[in-house]
Amino acid sequence: MIPLNWLLIVSSVLFAISVAGMFINRKNLILLLMCVELLLLAVNFNFVAFSRYLGDINGQIFVFFVLTVAAAESAIGLAILVVLFRERRSINVEDLSTLKG
Amino acid sequence: MLVEVLFWLFAAILALSALGMITVRNPVHAALLLVLCFFTSAAIWLLIEAEFLAVVLILVYVGAVMVLFLFVVMMLDINIEEVRGRVTRYALLGAVVAGVVVFEIVSVVWTRSLGLDVTTGAQAQPATYSNTAELGKLLYTDYVYPFELAAVLLLIAIVAAISLTMRKRTGLKLQNISRQVAVRREDRVRLVKMPAEGAAKAPDAPATEKGA
Repeated sequence: MIPLNWLLIVSSVLFAISVAGMFINRKNLILLLMCVELLLLAVNFNFVAFSRYLGDINGQIFVFFVLTVAAAESAIGLAILVVLFRERRSINVEDLSTLKG
Repeated sequence: MLVEVLFWLFAAILALSALGMITVRNPVHAALLLVLCFFTSAAIWLLIEAEFLAVVLILVYVGAVMVLFLFVVMMLDINIEEVRGRVTRYALLGAVVAGVVVFEIVSVVWTRSLGLDVTTGAQAQPATYSNTAELGKLLYTDYVYPFELAAVLLLIAIVAAISLTMRKRTGLKLQNISRQVAVRREDRVRLVKMPAEGAAKAPDAPATEKGA
């Protein structure tokens, strides 16, 4: 039987790794999108764990909707990335300073 | 006992593949390590009896989203060395932030448990319990409007992704269906009035012309 705090610790480690990944891969837009996916996975871990341990299945419904939104987000994000690469021949975040003002 | 051993094994694989994902230089390797992350997470969700979501995670993430990522990574011709330039400049800050995040969450988990004993596990469900059936009952009754909204959201995502990436190439020959349908006879056929020939002349007129 797996205690709740083990799951919460694993999820927090996963969240922290993806936050660190956002700092480390600040230049590569594709890896930033992947880190967002990992971040959402860590959040879903918490939802599933609490849903199981509180005996409330509504948490798993919420994970379902989070997965939907994450899939839509990554599809549109990658589409924007492709358009961007076509325009600039680069996916470096530091090249995207047009709107800086 | 076996479940606990498997849990820590999967947790170790999960953490190591996540660490590998954020540190490898090649984006294709990063995407494949992220696939391993999702797969291991699905295994852990199976261990805590969230079967439907584990299967959905594999089908949606490994089957669709990560394949999309791999397509994009392989389609774009990225200069890896340029993109992965100054890594060490942010690595220390990232590690500090990650450490603070872990410390905060773990301390909160250990000191405040919301009246729940976090050190015990959930009761195992009976063998006749179906996670998918329970989720389906709730999804199609209480959550039917959010469910349909999620479907509309996915439709909007499809339309947005296609309209963003579709491009007009010059020199491409395409049919314009509406113009084809709207065409009238006058646009295509030109009736030319000419004086009638031959009827007024004699049958041997060409011969005399040739003779002359």
